[in-house]
Amino acid sequence: MKLLIVDDSKVIRNRIERAVSFRKVKKVMTAANGEEALAVFRQHLPELVTMDITMPKLDGIECTAAMVGLKPDVQILIVSAIADKATAIEALKRGANGFLLKPFTDVQLNDALEMLMRGRSHG
Amino acid sequence: MDEDDIQVLIDGTVGYFHGLVDRTTEIGAPYLMSREQPVVSDYTGIIGIEGARHGLIYFTAPSAMLRHILLAHGEVQATTEIMADIVGEVANTISGNARKHFGSEFEISVPTVHRGPEAAKALYLAERSFLIPISWRQYQAALVVSLRD
Repeated sequence: MKLLIVDDSKVIRNRIERAVSFRKVKKVMTAANGEEALAVFRQHLPELVTMDITMPKLDGIECTAAMVGLKPDVQILIVSAIADKATAIEALKRGANGFLLKPFTDVQLNDALEMLMRGRSHG
Repeated sequence: MDEDDIQVLIDGTVGYFHGLVDRTTEIGAPYLMSREQPVVSDYTGIIGIEGARHGLIYFTAPSAMLRHILLAHGEVQATTEIMADIVGEVANTISGNARKHFGSEFEISVPTVHRGPEAAKALYLAERSFLIPISWRQYQAALVVSLRD
């Protein structure tokens, strides 16, 4: 399984990469904005994505919709500080499978990703 | 801004530091900051606010405190780039979390980051700005909220 981590913060990208503890994840890729993420996504078609919302160039909700258009069975976990319900609902409507609020613990992140990999939504 | 609005940001600051960083971090009572002499430290992360309210929220902190926050994220690198990254991420997280109270019309920008006293020149402050003091050991950081209704 391939995981793509999308966040404009390198600290958060590194944090997620270190925290993910699934043996199933064989390859991890990262991107710092929505445009870069789409380019990596098209090339590697990962099964699992963690997606920030507030990013330069292309935001995480638009990027999510584009990825789902390219690969409808991709599992996308929004990992964002944005805490209002309307945004979470919009992200889910556009194809995200779960929502994890920043700041998060490693346990919360792994639980959310595990639920997504089992094909259940999280939020 | 009313007391409830400020309390939301105090709670968000407490939640971030006590939940993730260190429960010994003390969050003080907010006070009005001078528009002429804004408080800035080694690194400053600024979030622009648009929508139902306009202005900015910024987080400013000394390098030593940022290194401590980085360790809480498991990050042992403390380069200039990484310090700038985390100061913006703290500002983004606390501002983003505040949308639970303010709603989706509280639009937040990506962070812009400045080093040292030059940050003061990038601050377009509202008439009234509230400073929430954050203390860790002998170090002082601050979250500043400067919004017009």
